[in-house]
Amino acid sequence: MNPAVEEALPEVVELRIPSRPEWVALARLAAATVANRVHFSIEEIEDVKLAIAEACTAVIQHEPHSEFVQLTCEALGDGLRIRVRDSGRQGVYSADVQRMNLDEARIAGLGIFLIRTLMDEVSYDVHPQHGTDLLMVKRLGPRSD
Amino acid sequence: MDIKVNVREAPGECYVVDLSGEIDVYTSPKVKDAIGALIDRGVYHLVINLEKVRYIDSTGLGVLIGGLKRVREHGGSVNLVCTNPQIKKIFDITGLVKIFGIFESEDAAMKALV
Repeated sequence: MNPAVEEALPEVVELRIPSRPEWVALARLAAATVANRVHFSIEEIEDVKLAIAEACTAVIQHEPHSEFVQLTCEALGDGLRIRVRDSGRQGVYSADVQRMNLDEARIAGLGIFLIRTLMDEVSYDVHPQHGTDLLMVKRLGPRSD
Repeated sequence: MDIKVNVREAPGECYVVDLSGEIDVYTSPKVKDAIGALIDRGVYHLVINLEKVRYIDSTGLGVLIGGLKRVREHGGSVNLVCTNPQIKKIFDITGLVKIFGIFESEDAAMKALV
């Protein structure tokens, strides 16, 4: 391919997995592959893998109406933008918490805490008809080599 | 993706749980069952060896926290062996280094029990 054309093409990878535990490893693998393309460090790739897995796990555990988890990974010039959507109705990051006891809520809250800690930008919207739409950005850190 | 769980008896009425592989939403029930079975048998002092764990997420952390809560109700304890920097980092950022004893070697984890 013409290098100029190749340069102009956006690098976007989309993956839709069934909303079941056995598919989360595939989401991690896809995220690691894209993160590697963006030239993240090994530690940063692990951060991205964990954030994606936590997002998928949150859907699987807290959104029983969702049949799938849709991932969109977009390579940016200075990092990676990841969108995680589901087809549920109640909202992944708040719906169950009121029904949990304090210990359960603390453990459930670890997932979103890890996402917020490991990624540079995190936001989400809940749509009653379309589920939760989570957007995360990880920027390339300074290189020491 | 897999998790291997090996349980072995150690001196001093304690058990070591060796985990190997990845602990996530799919594999963590197997870890929970193994730890729960020990506690059901009256084993309240555990060393959980994470040296061969390549990955752990919040569901894995939840299983370890649940086990710790159960043994503490009986005056027990759970110490972890962890040498993987990425795994250690997750315990650091979640603050769980403050509630688990985390050691570089199994010997150190065993000696620190009770």
